[in-house]
Amino acid sequence: MAFEGTVHKYGRDVDTDVIIPARYLNTNDPAELARHCMEDIDPGFVARVRPGDIIVAGENFGCGSSREHAPVAIRAAGVSCVVAASFARIFYRNAFNTGLPIVVCPHAAREIEAGDRVRVDVVEGRIEDLTTGKTYAAEAYPPFMRELVASGGLLPYVKKRLAEDEA
Amino acid sequence: MGQTVTEKIIARAAGLEAVRAGEIVEARVDLALANDVTAPLAIAEFEDAGFDKVSDPARIVLVPDHFTPNKDIKTAGQVKKVREFARKHGIAHFFETGRAGIEHVILPDMGLVAPGDLVIGADSHTCTYGAVAAFSTGVGSTDFAAAMAWGRVWLRVPQTIKFVYHGRPGRHVVGKDLMLHTIGMVGVDGALYKAMEFAGEAIEDLPIDGRFTMCNMAIEAGGKSGIVGFDKKTTQYLQSRPVGSRARTAGQVFASDPEAEYAQVVEIDAGAIRPTVAKPHLPSNTVPAEDLADVRIDQVVVGSCTNGRLADLQQAAEVLKGRAVHPDVRLIILPGSQEVFLAASRDGTMQALVEAGAAFSTPTCGACLGGHMGVLAAGERAVATTNRNFVGRMGDPESEVYLANPYVAAASAIAGHIATPDMVTTAKGGA
Ligand code: SF4
Repeated sequence: MAFEGTVHKYGRDVDTDVIIPARYLNTNDPAELARHCMEDIDPGFVARVRPGDIIVAGENFGCGSSREHAPVAIRAAGVSCVVAASFARIFYRNAFNTGLPIVVCPHAAREIEAGDRVRVDVVEGRIEDLTTGKTYAAEAYPPFMRELVASGGLLPYVKKRLAEDEA
Repeated sequence: MGQTVTEKIIARAAGLEAVRAGEIVEARVDLALANDVTAPLAIAEFEDAGFDKVSDPARIVLVPDHFTPNKDIKTAGQVKKVREFARKHGIAHFFETGRAGIEHVILPDMGLVAPGDLVIGADSHTCTYGAVAAFSTGVGSTDFAAAMAWGRVWLRVPQTIKFVYHGRPGRHVVGKDLMLHTIGMVGVDGALYKAMEFAGEAIEDLPIDGRFTMCNMAIEAGGKSGIVGFDKKTTQYLQSRPVGSRARTAGQVFASDPEAEYAQVVEIDAGAIRPTVAKPHLPSNTVPAEDLADVRIDQVVVGSCTNGRLADLQQAAEVLKGRAVHPDVRLIILPGSQEVFLAASRDGTMQALVEAGAAFSTPTCGACLGGHMGVLAAGERAVATTNRNFVGRMGDPESEVYLANPYVAAASAIAGHIATPDMVTTAKGGA
């Protein structure tokens, strides 16, 4: 599963409050959440982002509360995947569970610049900066994560599994 | 190859001979928990995904505890959703106000958790049950929704850091101090993704309450779980649970192999640890309590899933008995459960606290998350036996929280500033 897009770059410790501020948590509607994505750290983000774009960030992306609205908002805003030096534990789970592909790669997270065109094969863990010509190797997804992402998240995956068990 | 207790429990639940740290498995969930904040979202996801039945109602627990007794109209509506879902799906472990308490106090106390169990909860402090040698960890609402439908959870097997506590802690040094000291050492992400295994003489001596406190705060070091080995104290506690409960009838005891592989082994001299306080705004910001005598306070809270058990209330009462809360301080006691409430009212603990000038609440999370029952105003400062002192955690973003054990909390309530019991008893001429 590969994505190509323009990079939006952020630093370390991007917390769930800036990804989607608590004042918008009165809805679960992805489209509505997407309208406020990254509002408190990058007010121009929603106007700038194009379908398929990629977020690149430093350590501990998604720290803070366990709110699942955060990965949902990022995905609904059109972001295809997030590359970071590391992810906070519950965000990491929530991203896979809600169908947002993420890749851990400290090296790429350090070097890739805002505005670069980047191609990410999330499953194989291959990151290519088309602007600079550099490539980076992240860990490939284990088979389970591949299936989770291919299913579109945990609940669709579980449905499939339950249907298989019945058949 | 040797395995840690955590690896053994996960392997058992995943139906595998052995697992290795880093591996991803699908494990059967013995118990899945959610509360009045996380369950409503999970229920919406469960229903939106088109599921119409839960896989096993007996393995689901729903505890409205954050904003109960219903704080306002909005929270009443949230709790109602949870209650109706429980009725519709025959979930017997729905804990109604008056028969409930804080999730992480009542699950083990009601005997719902057995050793060797695998427990997940849509609440970050689900790591508490490691005190009864179970593996338990916090997850998101989707994980809980999936566990309800499927009875399983996916897990990446964590590496383990072993913490070995040597020696004997001194007077007024309890599980809270060992843990605050540890978080101060390793930092708030010192155990990120990892299981924290607590061992050593000081842990063998530590009562079960102190073990709950330590496992509860594993998340404050970034940990996925905390766990203490099974021993006589575990057996005694489990056998004191309700007749016929899982705690008394089920479970399987696992222990780490001597040659188990650890990411790190941290040795700590428990004898050198003093009553410890975490200053705002991080649990890792620790100093000895006696160094903070110039910090004046407005409120003291004794309670929460960290220190809301009977032993905690008794420790506070021991210091406060026959003394009075400082005129400028409000002391609020939040017992962890109905069982704790009743026991405290029977053994004189409640009377000692109320006579000293404490407000004694019905069981609830309440003030711990700045929800209700003791919210702080701008500029106010509290000493709390809770687990988080982030900006705005107990109220206004300009309020401050100092985390401490119940002895220090009680002594501070008397002194009007942060104090150890020795400081207030000396002031009175010794007692
Ligand atoms: S007592 Fe505090 S930390 Fe514990 S579950 Fe309730 S709100 Fe969370």
